[in-house]
Amino acid sequence: MVIKKKKILSVYGVGPGERPIERHTLSVLVDNEPGVLARVIGLFAGRGYNIESLTVAEVSKKLNQSRMTIVALGTSEVIAQIINQLARLVPVHKVTDLTEEGPHVERELALIKVAGTGEHRIEALRIAEIFRAQVVDSTTESFVFQVTGSPEKVDAFLELMVPLGMLNISRTGPAAISRGKEKF
Amino acid sequence: MTTLKVKEKAKIINLKVKEDVKKPKFKRMTGAEMVIESLIEQGVDTIFGYPGGAVLPIYDALFQQDKIKHVLCRHEQGAAHAAEGYARSTGKTGVILVTSGPGATNAVTGLTDALLDSIPLVCITGQVPTFLIGNDAFQEADTTGITRPCTKHNYLVKDVNNLSNILHEAFHVSNTGRPGPVVIDLPKDVQFAEGDYIPKAKAVTHMYHPQTEPDMSAIEAAVELIANAKKPIFYTGGGVINAGPKASKDLTTFAKMTGYPVTSTLMGLGAFSAHEDQWLGMLGMHGTYEANMAMHDCDVMINIGARFDDRVTGDIKKFSPKSKKIHIDIDPSSINKIINVDVPIIADAGKAIEAMMVVWKDKKYKADQEELNKWWAQIDEWRAVNCLKYKHSKSIIKPQYALERLRHHLSKQKKEVFITTEVGQHQMWAAQFLPFDRPNHWMTSGGLGTMGYGLPAAIGTQLGNPNGLVIDVAGEASILMNIQEMSTAVQYNLPVKIFILNNQWMGMVRQWQELLHGERYSHSYTDSLPDFVKLAEAYGGIGLRADKPEELDDVIEQMLQTDKVTIVDVRTCQSENCFPMIPSGKAHNEMILSADADKFDKKLV
Repeated sequence: MVIKKKKILSVYGVGPGERPIERHTLSVLVDNEPGVLARVIGLFAGRGYNIESLTVAEVSKKLNQSRMTIVALGTSEVIAQIINQLARLVPVHKVTDLTEEGPHVERELALIKVAGTGEHRIEALRIAEIFRAQVVDSTTESFVFQVTGSPEKVDAFLELMVPLGMLNISRTGPAAISRGKEKF
Repeated sequence: MTTLKVKEKAKIINLKVKEDVKKPKFKRMTGAEMVIESLIEQGVDTIFGYPGGAVLPIYDALFQQDKIKHVLCRHEQGAAHAAEGYARSTGKTGVILVTSGPGATNAVTGLTDALLDSIPLVCITGQVPTFLIGNDAFQEADTTGITRPCTKHNYLVKDVNNLSNILHEAFHVSNTGRPGPVVIDLPKDVQFAEGDYIPKAKAVTHMYHPQTEPDMSAIEAAVELIANAKKPIFYTGGGVINAGPKASKDLTTFAKMTGYPVTSTLMGLGAFSAHEDQWLGMLGMHGTYEANMAMHDCDVMINIGARFDDRVTGDIKKFSPKSKKIHIDIDPSSINKIINVDVPIIADAGKAIEAMMVVWKDKKYKADQEELNKWWAQIDEWRAVNCLKYKHSKSIIKPQYALERLRHHLSKQKKEVFITTEVGQHQMWAAQFLPFDRPNHWMTSGGLGTMGYGLPAAIGTQLGNPNGLVIDVAGEASILMNIQEMSTAVQYNLPVKIFILNNQWMGMVRQWQELLHGERYSHSYTDSLPDFVKLAEAYGGIGLRADKPEELDDVIEQMLQTDKVTIVDVRTCQSENCFPMIPSGKAHNEMILSADADKFDKKLV
């Protein structure tokens, strides 16, 4: 994808220019302390980086550490800056660019509320079965589906649910991990 | 029976020992006392601050000891800049103590200044009691929230038992790797609470251990490039100063081994002596013609501890197009941020220079003398342009002339001379006209460009160097931004000299308006300036004035004799502009030497 920028001459030099925007999944190991999420988000806001999604949860009670999975958008230079700037934060232990490192899996969970009756209801259930989505709540006029998988699979499921009376979506954003036996 | 008894006894002793190991007996004290205790352990002897409701317990603890001297500034921003001046001139970490709310927000400019110039500061701010945080209490501000983007790291301490560890860690974070400011926000109830004091030796510092040792293969690649260069240049920055005095010495030795030309950023002045033949002067927007031309035409650029600031690079598309670039920086995020480089080296500048010297000697490298001579001949041609020349006047003081006279008198000084500046034209002229021959003797706000920096920084510098001669080269607009610190200088008998180049304009603003905005001088003229001589006297200092060029020598001579804070009001030419100059958005080789408004692109944003 190429984003064209209007050419503006500036006393501050030129901007990043017409370089392709890449999508990178970063895995960030941080100390689970107050303010660490604000630090990371503040960094993205303050330096004008783009976040597509961010998930975070504690992964080690003993070491008091959390892992963030950040999907960031930018030119390769900007992605390199994001990694370096993240690594510079004191509570950040390690930043891994999973997109750069090689094969990895990304999974996310979505909850989707679909309301409808008759044919729509049956169709919704049938598609849910194909996507291995589970029904986690049900009334006579609605379902809540839980679907997990790659972001693309979730996207596809959501698209099919729209004409069937989709009301709300809640997505976690992807959590990711590298394939193989190497620790990262 | 007896054996049993002995065994039992041993068991009991063992148990006792084990208990002792399990629970090391730390000294119990209040949070406020911990602050003092840890400062002493960290080797702090001077702190800068301003009391207020939320730091009263710490001020109480300060009152009851005599190891730490507290300097009462007149504004928290002044305290922060004073701590910066102290830190930069002594190489120690500067410490500030301010209250919650307005105390903390006033310190923010100083913290940001320290972040951009990589100055180690620890700032302790008071905070409302933990149970009031978030309630919009009196003098409450979200200090950690406000200072997050303008500090290297910050802490809000909610438990007194974590306090001493955090205090030690704050010093570690502040002065390790790329130095910077660290804030500790300390609620009043935590200052009162009693807890265990963990001494420095037992403190668990964070997993913060930045890389400082260079990668030897990168060093070898760099030295090979350096040795084979035909048109080399050293481009050094504040990183060399921050790496300690030895780094500056080594830089000089290495530069002399190679015989290559050296230029430096505003922040790096003094690392390589301006008296050396290899010195080209400062580079950048108001740098010398020879330095900028050499940067543009070089084939190998050796960047040590500088960060390709926009005021240095000009148009990055046209920046030094023919060169291979080596970049030594302690901060990985500085690498390839603005300019892509060929050999990046993440290391402490001093360690990298040392390593390069070793490789240079081991491999018996020698500079290509023939090519180097040609290069120097080219540089000498550029030097012959004499880019700092100006039209002298017999009736009116040219600011450059005032600085030349100051330089003349300082060259005869026996005392160590420290120069601080405010921000603007006078700052650039000071950088161009004063000779810097040692690190840590030049304190100026480079990254943030903070007007009002010079006087408090001079105060901090004088406190750190009681026998030094400290001169703040100032403009009349900048000095008014922190003029209240005159009172601090008087209270602590600090004989700092304030050398004001007074043209009644915000000179740099006026210069840009003249060249870029069709001479529409929007609000850059200051009417109703105070009488600086009377102002100095009102504070209890000494005021001097020079109106005519022939009065300058006398006035400077008098200034150097005074034993009190002294303001010298030098009435200078109002229309003088600072040249040479790289017009905004232009390249190094498009530098202009005199005012020609046609050469400026007025459509730049």
